[in-house]
Amino acid sequence: MSDAAANTAGRTRKESATVVPELMSWDTRSRRVVTIYVPLACFVFILLFPFYWMTITAFKPNNELYNLRDYNPLWIRSPTLDHINHLLFNTAYPSWLMTTMGIAVGSTFLSLFAATLAAYAIQRLRFKGSQYVGLAIYLAYLVPPSILFIPLALMVFKLGLFDSPFALILTYPTFLIPFCTWLLIGYFKSIPYELEECALIDGATRLQILTKITLPLATPGLISAGIFSFTLSWNEFIYALAFISSSEKKTVPVAILTELVTGDVYQWGALMAGSLLGSLPVAIFYSFFVDYYVSSLTGAVKE
Amino acid sequence: MDATTSAITWTKQRPQPSWLVRLFDWKPFLIFACMLPAIGLLMVFLTYPLGLGIWLAFTDATIGRDGRWIGIENFIWLAEDPIFWSAVFYSVFYTAVATVGKFGLGLWLALLLNNHIPFKSVLRAIVLLPWIVPTVLSAIAFWWIYDAQFSVISWFVVDVLGLRDRYFDFLGSPWPARWSLIAANIWRGIPFVAITLLAGLQTISPSLYEAALLDGSTGWQRFRYITFPLLLPILAIVMTFSIIFTFTDFQLVYAITRGGPVNSTHLMATLAFQRGIPGGQLAEGAAIALAMVPFLVFATLFSYFALARRKWQQGESND
Repeated sequence: MSDAAANTAGRTRKESATVVPELMSWDTRSRRVVTIYVPLACFVFILLFPFYWMTITAFKPNNELYNLRDYNPLWIRSPTLDHINHLLFNTAYPSWLMTTMGIAVGSTFLSLFAATLAAYAIQRLRFKGSQYVGLAIYLAYLVPPSILFIPLALMVFKLGLFDSPFALILTYPTFLIPFCTWLLIGYFKSIPYELEECALIDGATRLQILTKITLPLATPGLISAGIFSFTLSWNEFIYALAFISSSEKKTVPVAILTELVTGDVYQWGALMAGSLLGSLPVAIFYSFFVDYYVSSLTGAVKE
Repeated sequence: MDATTSAITWTKQRPQPSWLVRLFDWKPFLIFACMLPAIGLLMVFLTYPLGLGIWLAFTDATIGRDGRWIGIENFIWLAEDPIFWSAVFYSVFYTAVATVGKFGLGLWLALLLNNHIPFKSVLRAIVLLPWIVPTVLSAIAFWWIYDAQFSVISWFVVDVLGLRDRYFDFLGSPWPARWSLIAANIWRGIPFVAITLLAGLQTISPSLYEAALLDGSTGWQRFRYITFPLLLPILAIVMTFSIIFTFTDFQLVYAITRGGPVNSTHLMATLAFQRGIPGGQLAEGAAIALAMVPFLVFATLFSYFALARRKWQQGESND
């Protein structure tokens, strides 16, 4: 830990030497370290610590886990795969993962399809009142799932979808569509309208314009909307908790909380291993697309 | 001769497209077809349940039995329920404290990240991590950090620093549990606030700061008279989102305390869930959920007026 700190300190010294023109006379190097790097290091430490703790607990044998006196809790003496082994082979974890993946992919495709068409109609076909429809869809995003889940549970029950993955695939678009539509409207706005006019003059139909010109140009926007939808549906909790009751059909977040917490003795190693494995797909997925993610997040808010 | 033949082939009619293609090229129909999936899904699974929720709040429905209209009886019942009022109080308290904490720390982090620092993009990615990971899973990590016997914070304070002689009881009694949940919520909310405000900070022109520096301004003055006013529009939007989703938060509380100890950490959403789904009192749950609406409307109006003000400031057309 101190090693790494010394390392970054050394690096910062080198870096700040290269950006000397930035520094004002009163903005000395030591002042910079105190006002910028120290608080930044604290932030990074606090933001990352729970993940470190999660990881280290997942690989720690039980005798070290429950003995703080003889073992330093911040480190592992003899790492073990017992918890992960237990999780993968003694519980229904693999099937929870598959269910969650299927639901996330299904609802993402459904919402992307609906949102792309809606965003295209609002931004490019420009009918009378299109901006009010856009505003209404934006407001729909502000309706939180916490006030919808009770009537939705009743509906799901009456439609015979209770305890079926389709209940989630059909209800997740209620928060995914508004978000994706709003993001894609912003994206379509950045594509020059002249391209479509040219195509219209050349005799293309509007559907051809959509599939051959606008959509290929909007691919980055579609990808970021897809990433957002995937992570949002992977993380969703309250609908999955309310609409699914049988153990093997639960999604990962719900299953870890309801199936792994048994009785009064919490198996912290297995719980943390489950949380770690449940977080990894999203984290990996996100690390590939982090630039899209940040730009679309900020772009969506700037709109 | 050549010119006439080429003229003849040139005037040849294009093949008439089929009626289906023409139908999809007819603008009103195309608009209808494009809006149908989105509007249809939202109507069926958002607008209708919203109405159904309002209806349910005025009935006596339970799971397996359709309700009949009983007027405001549910609300009268709730008004005499101390647990409900404690949930209202904690929802407001939780939202207020967590919002202040998130925005204070998030703004600070955004200002720090707005400096010239090495590995900026890596730092941005790391900072977003708490927001990406499923809330319930990080909440479980917090639950473990807050454990009464094996908490790492207690271990650090008691066994390493020796500042106390007893371990903290984070989740065992009302007020410590309330503060612990707020801390976890702030932890989760900082990244979103920091990254969006960072985007706002990057749109502020550096020439403003240069001009202010030439005029001999202090750091605080530059923040107060340049950064803050120019950040206000985006701050208002992000804050509205944050307030709405903090007020209706469910996952964090449900995962860490489930409303306990002795119902002291119930938010309105968790109370609605507990009464509505496991408790089976759908109507009562719907009434509690409906009671959240006035707060949300207030937050949305706040957003709307902030947006309107921004357009007026920038002299934008209504686009």
